[in-house]
Amino acid sequence: MDVKMVLKLAFKGIIANKMRTFLTMLGIIIGVSAVIILVALAQGTTQSVTESIESMGTNLITVTITGRGTDTTLSYDEVMKFSEKEGVSGISPVVSGNVTAKYGNNSTSVSLEGVDSNYETVRNHSVQTGRFIKNLDVEYRNKIVILGTEVVDEIFNGINPVGKDLQINGTKFKVVGVLEKKGSSMGGSNDEKILTPISTAQRFLKSTGVKNFYIQAKSSDEVEIVENQTEISLLKKFENDDDSYRIFNQSEMLSTMDDVTKNMTLMLGGIAAISLLVGGIGIMNIMLVSVTERTKEIGIRKAIGAKRKDILNQFLLESAVISGLGGIVGILTGIGGSSLLTVLVGLNTSISITILIISFGFSLVVGVFFGMYPANKASKLEPVDALRFE
Amino acid sequence: MINLKDITKIYKTGKIEFKALKGVSLNVDKGDFLSIIGPSGSGKSTFMNIIGCLDVPTDGEYYFEDTDISKYSKNALAEIRNKKIGFIFQKFNLLTKLSAFENVELPLIYRGVDTKKRHKKVKKALENVGLYKHKDHKPTELSGGQQQRVAIARALVAKPPLILADEPTGNLDSKSEEEVMDIIKNLHRKGSTIVLITHDLEVAKNADRMISIKDGMIYDERMK
Ligand SMILES: Nc1ncnc2c1ncn2[C@@H]1O[C@H](COP(=O)(O)OP(=O)(O)OP(=O)(O)O)[C@@H](O)[C@H]1O
Ligand SMILES: [Mg+2]
Repeated sequence: MDVKMVLKLAFKGIIANKMRTFLTMLGIIIGVSAVIILVALAQGTTQSVTESIESMGTNLITVTITGRGTDTTLSYDEVMKFSEKEGVSGISPVVSGNVTAKYGNNSTSVSLEGVDSNYETVRNHSVQTGRFIKNLDVEYRNKIVILGTEVVDEIFNGINPVGKDLQINGTKFKVVGVLEKKGSSMGGSNDEKILTPISTAQRFLKSTGVKNFYIQAKSSDEVEIVENQTEISLLKKFENDDDSYRIFNQSEMLSTMDDVTKNMTLMLGGIAAISLLVGGIGIMNIMLVSVTERTKEIGIRKAIGAKRKDILNQFLLESAVISGLGGIVGILTGIGGSSLLTVLVGLNTSISITILIISFGFSLVVGVFFGMYPANKASKLEPVDALRFE
Repeated sequence: MINLKDITKIYKTGKIEFKALKGVSLNVDKGDFLSIIGPSGSGKSTFMNIIGCLDVPTDGEYYFEDTDISKYSKNALAEIRNKKIGFIFQKFNLLTKLSAFENVELPLIYRGVDTKKRHKKVKKALENVGLYKHKDHKPTELSGGQQQRVAIARALVAKPPLILADEPTGNLDSKSEEEVMDIIKNLHRKGSTIVLITHDLEVAKNADRMISIKDGMIYDERMK
């Protein structure tokens, strides 16, 4: 018997019981769409976090000094010495403190970061309007600031801040630029900060020491070398106390992140897959009912020459078609649901072709697997017994 | 054509055994028109199920076209049913969800006949029973007589050498009965071998040979 005919018969069986078929499919639909939505959520989150880590700059090493005894910072010159080390392409020291920024009647509490011109390339964060901090600004301790976008939104009410004067803790600073919007990363928002020349910050915040600095390696291969060298220097400086500083390597962060999100994807996908299995049991249930109901039909088919294989194929195909159609509807629902989540709730979602193929394939497998038992039962009926059935 | 020797059939219900056929022998030649008559419960349907390869005897030998098929597998028996035998049942046994056309088409599908040939044969078979214009009707949309004619079309569409009819007129009024019997007689005239089971003597008299069964045994045989 040819495949086209078997398919036709399967569809006929399905159409004859529209409502029941739909309810059976519902299990598969929910299962498949749950798999797709949950995995899309997990992958979307991974992607956005990865992007924000990467947006911090490439081949980046972050050093935070916690200190030992009274020695809680490095001096600017000490930090700049790292740039002479092998494999280092840039150093960006940061002196920071919390300040209140005020423009007109609006004020906000925000972090002020003193940086130099290297910050722009090392952190890969430049201005969208105006200009960045120049070496001359550092030399002359110019009272200029560059604002993060959230600061602009909070206190400038749509006015272009470039060229305006901003009061920081009562002192007047000139706004010379606005930073590009970055979104938030592990360390909180990248847009809720004010940059100023490092020399200005040292004087203004009355702290000359550097607690934070960024080192950029020339290439990803050199990140580890640079990290080791940095570690050696810092150990020497803090007398072998490795609690007095912390070194983050961006790629380590990424791979940790990767592990976490992989587990999350697996877990969410697994939970959803269980609901697919439940859907499969629903198919088995309905197909068993269907076999009983259609005993007479099976008897007639056998009487006119259907072989075991023909009946087996018919029922298997019916459950495969039910689960396959359910899979297709589930995929559409999943795609729709994910984009709704993105549009309405603002969650990050990302759908890959792989997960679509996997979930569709899985639903087919579920249909065939759970259809096997009822189909086998149907195919084994004796023609006389089946014919006598009313 | 078929040759049954000493066929017995024992039904087991729990521990109780019931001997429905007690050693029946029968020989049917090609082109024969044979009727089997007997009271209810005498074993007629049991016998026909065995002749039709729907069931296997408990004991005895069954030669179909000179081959012993008593030990055939279920698949091999399905093939014999498909290629060699056309069934007409008392209760029509049409598939209610399929149209008349599709019902008649079914044996050809299981036989693997390609679409074009299949449609041609179905059309011819339906025309033979005068129902081609009803081809798209579901069985429920046809009268009993029409349903039985569709069933006959299904039985003969694949041109099987043997046609088995178990009380084909049992559920029909006298006019439909006449129509159905005319078709069957016509089939015989064209060379089909026919075994007709009935408890109605008038119907049985249409056949050339008449065999009487009682309590699972043949006790009389007469020629027309
Ligand atoms: N599957 C079965 N299990 C047990 N007993 C059976 C079975 N099938 C038939 N019988 C018994 O076998 C005997 C013969 O049954 P069969 O159906 O062959 O009779 P019949 O001659 O066709 O009767 P009717 O004219 O009423 O159709 C009956 O007594 C019946 O009860
Ligand atoms: Mg009977």
